[in-house]
Amino acid sequence: MSESTLPDRSPTPITPAFNPTWALLALAMLLIAARPILPDGLMRPADILILPLADWINALFAWLRDDLGLIHVTRAIADGIEWLLNVTANILYGKNRWPRVGPLPWSVVALTAACLGYWLGGARLAALAGGTFVWIALMGQWKWTMETLSVIVVAAPFSVLFGLVTAVAAWRWRGFETVLNPVLNIAQSMPHFAYMIPVVVFIGVGPKAGAIVTIIFSVPPMIRMTLLGLRKVPHEVIESGKMCGSTSWQLMTRVRIPTARTDILVGVNQVIMQCLAMVVLASFIGMPGLGQKLLQLLQALKIGRSIEIGITIVLLAVALDRCSKAWAERQPTHHEPGIGWATRHRVLLIWAALMVAGFAISAVIPFFAEVSRGQSLSVADPIDAVMSFIIVTIDPVTQWLRWFLITWVLIPVRDTLLWFPYTAVLVALAALGYAVGGWRSALVCLGFFGYIAISGWWDRAMITVYTVLVAVIVAASFGFPLGIWAARHAARARRVLLLCDTLQTFPSFIYLIPVIMLFGVNDVAVVGAVVLFAAVPLIRYTIEGLRGVPEAMLEAADMSGATRGQSLRHVRLPLAFPTIMVGLNQSLMFSLFMVIIAAFIGTQDLGQEMQRALSSTDVGKGLVLGFAVAFIGLMADHVIRRMANT
Amino acid sequence: MPLSETVISCRNVWKLFGPSPESYLKGLHGDPGVEAIRQAGYISAVRDVSLDIGRGEMLVIMGLSGSGKSTLVRCLSRLIEITGGTVTVEGQDIGALSEKQLIGLRRSKMGMVFQSFGLLPHRTVLENVAFPLEMRGQDRATRRKRALEVIELVGLDGREDYFPRELSGGQQQRVGIARSLAIEPDIWFLDEPFSALDPLIRREMQDEFLRLQEMLGKTIVFITHDFDEALRLADRIAIMKDGAVEQCDTPDQIVLNPATDYVRKFTEEIEKARVVHASGLARPINGTVPEGQPVAGKSTIRALARMLVNDSREVLPVSDETGRITGGLNRQEALNVLLGGQA
Repeated sequence: MSESTLPDRSPTPITPAFNPTWALLALAMLLIAARPILPDGLMRPADILILPLADWINALFAWLRDDLGLIHVTRAIADGIEWLLNVTANILYGKNRWPRVGPLPWSVVALTAACLGYWLGGARLAALAGGTFVWIALMGQWKWTMETLSVIVVAAPFSVLFGLVTAVAAWRWRGFETVLNPVLNIAQSMPHFAYMIPVVVFIGVGPKAGAIVTIIFSVPPMIRMTLLGLRKVPHEVIESGKMCGSTSWQLMTRVRIPTARTDILVGVNQVIMQCLAMVVLASFIGMPGLGQKLLQLLQALKIGRSIEIGITIVLLAVALDRCSKAWAERQPTHHEPGIGWATRHRVLLIWAALMVAGFAISAVIPFFAEVSRGQSLSVADPIDAVMSFIIVTIDPVTQWLRWFLITWVLIPVRDTLLWFPYTAVLVALAALGYAVGGWRSALVCLGFFGYIAISGWWDRAMITVYTVLVAVIVAASFGFPLGIWAARHAARARRVLLLCDTLQTFPSFIYLIPVIMLFGVNDVAVVGAVVLFAAVPLIRYTIEGLRGVPEAMLEAADMSGATRGQSLRHVRLPLAFPTIMVGLNQSLMFSLFMVIIAAFIGTQDLGQEMQRALSSTDVGKGLVLGFAVAFIGLMADHVIRRMANT
Repeated sequence: MPLSETVISCRNVWKLFGPSPESYLKGLHGDPGVEAIRQAGYISAVRDVSLDIGRGEMLVIMGLSGSGKSTLVRCLSRLIEITGGTVTVEGQDIGALSEKQLIGLRRSKMGMVFQSFGLLPHRTVLENVAFPLEMRGQDRATRRKRALEVIELVGLDGREDYFPRELSGGQQQRVGIARSLAIEPDIWFLDEPFSALDPLIRREMQDEFLRLQEMLGKTIVFITHDFDEALRLADRIAIMKDGAVEQCDTPDQIVLNPATDYVRKFTEEIEKARVVHASGLARPINGTVPEGQPVAGKSTIRALARMLVNDSREVLPVSDETGRITGGLNRQEALNVLLGGQA
């Protein structure tokens, strides 16, 4: 059903004499048919075509690093950040550094979180935020969590500030924005690992490298949201500011930025979520904390404890997300005159009282300061028992599924993609580009994949493409129907959207836990994780698109005597199409990221190579691969946008 | 209305949008008309407008959406740069002012009210009203004192700690009005201030506005798309179409002698007797003062209806506020206006 709507919408340029789309497709077919007699140079890029990009980048980095002495600058910045990290590390988990006051008792942190939650969003948020920290303490994961949080606490403000300043500069100087936009596009489609390698080159490994890579990774959404917010400030608000005699500085600081507050805070929310996702992944470059623990446990296949850590990360993600969203949505309210200071600052007073109580109780009863190993309530063993029971019980099913997918879906698709001459793929992509957006789009598609051909990673890239394709098709095959089903009733749609929303806050790493549990470490697990991750935006945007159709249109369809099916086919799906395409787009992007992350459970694609580049700190190779992944994503993005806009 | 002293004067003001409007305008000799300009790839928002606004006068600029009235008022306040012509405010060419001088002018002389209020959502009523004072760098206590004064003036006392989103549309516009008055401006721009309000509130705000103007006597440029509103408030009305002023005159004259077919269309639906004043219909008298009790020049023909029907004089004397006889009102003409015929 879903697929059938797509071709309808793609424009078919009607030129009876000569249609480049078909001509290009025919050429691609011809290349495939002529495969046996095709010269090698048309099968795979000839060696002379492959540019030594990695060497060039390495030379450039060596020059930057050593000859230009950039390393001294980066080291100095890193040292500053390390100093800050030591302060938060001392306060949160008692690392022996200045100011040597920590660690804070866990009960105090939990109470603070609860008060903050209450202030931002009432009792439910208080329970969520407080409960999260109680769980963490009781499960005996306090130290790892605090290691993770101590980095976020430093990284998030830096990226917010950096993003804000950059966005204001881009807003102010048109030229800067023109340069910035493509950089942001590429940065946002680069996989996480691509960021890590240059950081390792310049900073090294460990917490400070983790913090810096986190800052860099989480800046782009902040810039985007701030720019959006500044653009959205109503014209008349600005004019009223001008007529009040504001200088341009006053206009920026007292009119534009405060009025754009909500969008900027949504940016802050995204920064926090990106930080969490990255901090977890930064375990690959020696960042201690929850991510590292999870990685070790997953590699050792300790399912019970992985699940516990997974729950912690999820709780943390949801709590951080809900609290920062509540902050963004918070609207100012007035106090009736004559209300005292104490009433107006009730939460603050309660917090202060609780602090005193928390510190006092922790001093008397050590349990409330720190939950020792023996006291933790870890339930890993029973979980392991239950899980292994479940796994054994459904083993025939998973076994069969694994066999079926590998033998009949994954390997055939992969082999077919690899069997195609690269010239045929390029020509076919050009045909696709021409079909959606004329010669310009054809050139864009050709350009992006042409880079992959000359980068020398064609086969690896095809494996990435195949994983993404299979995963997105599988995700769409159940995601679209599910979305359509959920969109039928308002209440149901709301519930499913809430679920999707929550699932989207999970760091990508989390999705690996259940699939590894079920399928072990192989291709099926990778595809499974990608499918799960990719299905969420598809379902979400399908629902949002369908629910977003104006009521009047549906009433008009009903009054024209349309059945429910007709109304869906002729009114709701066409009107929801652009939104659904946004979902498909996001789904593809997410899949790409996930495929790369999943590399550590053994794939043969670009991600695997990137892991290798990371462990040998080969920055040239890492960036070449990163661009390859980014360009796959950007090409898909371009094609889908074109389709949605026509 | 006698023009005492010109406060704002614009001469041949143009605002064109397009690839290179300045050089295109230089090549023009006079106004080629809106179609020719469009053919050349330009959009004419304001087309060769010349107006003078006297001290204490209320000029209402009336036009339908897209007629360029909002653009014109932004040219007068230099919120947008004009393509050609000059705008002078109290003898100063505002196009020649530096950024700093312009800010100074706005901080001391100008106030503006906006259609969708343009309030700052994160500030309370008090902080919004005090905003222009804050921009001037006045201290907190002075700001607060002055802001509370204007808040009381617009009838919002007791609401000073509310945030804009907690107020109704009418109340929000009162905040907008208070803010524009905070610096005690000489010149008051109002860009469709009541258009976003529902009809009952609009009427109430118009009354309120007239009361304020009675007290303050500012020089006002008021934009509206509502002809009734224009008739109700204006000393003079400028009717705009496609960026040009079709007619600029007193409400009486617009209703009695529409200059173009476009203006006539607006006046057709209007009950003229409610608009035309005795003074507007009066003819000069050459020495001979008509006999009998004079009628007040500021009363409308509608208000004089009973008397006009019952009286038997052919010409009635018309007096101004001081009681001086200023002209003679032809009773037949007045009755024609009253009965809906041509004067």
